[in-house]
Amino acid sequence: MIDVIKGTLLIVGALLMLLAAIGLLRLPDLLTRMHATTKAAALGVILVMLANAMHFSEVGVVARSLAVIVFILLTAPVAAHVIGRAGYFVGSKLWSGTVKDELRPNYDPLTHALKSGLETEENAKRQPRETDPE
Amino acid sequence: MDTVILISQVIMSLALVLAFVRVVRGPSLPDRVVALELFSTTVVGLVGVYAIQSGVANFLDAAIVIALMGFLAAIGFARFLERGGPRDD
Repeated sequence: MIDVIKGTLLIVGALLMLLAAIGLLRLPDLLTRMHATTKAAALGVILVMLANAMHFSEVGVVARSLAVIVFILLTAPVAAHVIGRAGYFVGSKLWSGTVKDELRPNYDPLTHALKSGLETEENAKRQPRETDPE
Repeated sequence: MDTVILISQVIMSLALVLAFVRVVRGPSLPDRVVALELFSTTVVGLVGVYAIQSGVANFLDAAIVIALMGFLAAIGFARFLERGGPRDD
C-alpha cells in the first residue's frame, strides 16, 4: 500500500517538473514563463520529498524532508519576485497579447522613480500635521 | 518500485533537456536565469529520487545544499541585472 502511495507521489512530482519545463519552453514571455516554473516545480519537489519521508520513515529523514519543503516554499516566491523585478527593470518585452501593464504609465525606467498620481504643488509643500495617521 | 523510480528519472531527465533548450535559446538573460533555476529545482528532485533508489538518506543534505545554491545564484543574477552589469544577450 505504501509503495503505491510512494510511486504515485514520485510519478506525479516528476510529471509536474516536466510540466514546468514544457511551460518554460512554450510560453511567450518572461513573466508567463516564471508563472509556469515556480509553482509547478516547487510542487514537484514537495511531492518527491514527501515520497522520501514515507520511504525512510525515520525521524531524522522526515525532518530533513520537511526542511527541504519549507526551504523551497520560502525561497521560490522570493527568487521569482526578484527575477521578475530585474526583468522589468532591464526592459524585457511583454507578450503582444498583454492586456494591462499598470506600471508603465507611472514608472520611469531611467531614474527608477515611481509616481503615485498625487504629485501636486500643494502636496510638495505640505508639512506633517498632528492629525496625520502614523 | 524500481520501474517507478526509473520512469520518474526518465521524466525528470526530459524536463532537464527541455529547460536546457530554453537556456540555449534565450532570448534574454532573465529567461536564462529562470531556466537555470528550474534546472536546480529539477536536480533537487533527481537527488531525492536517487536517495530512495540507493537507500542512503544522507543525499537529502546534498539536496538542501543544491536548493540553497540555486536560490543564491538567482538572487545574485537579479542584483547583477538591476545594477546594470555588462550583458550579451
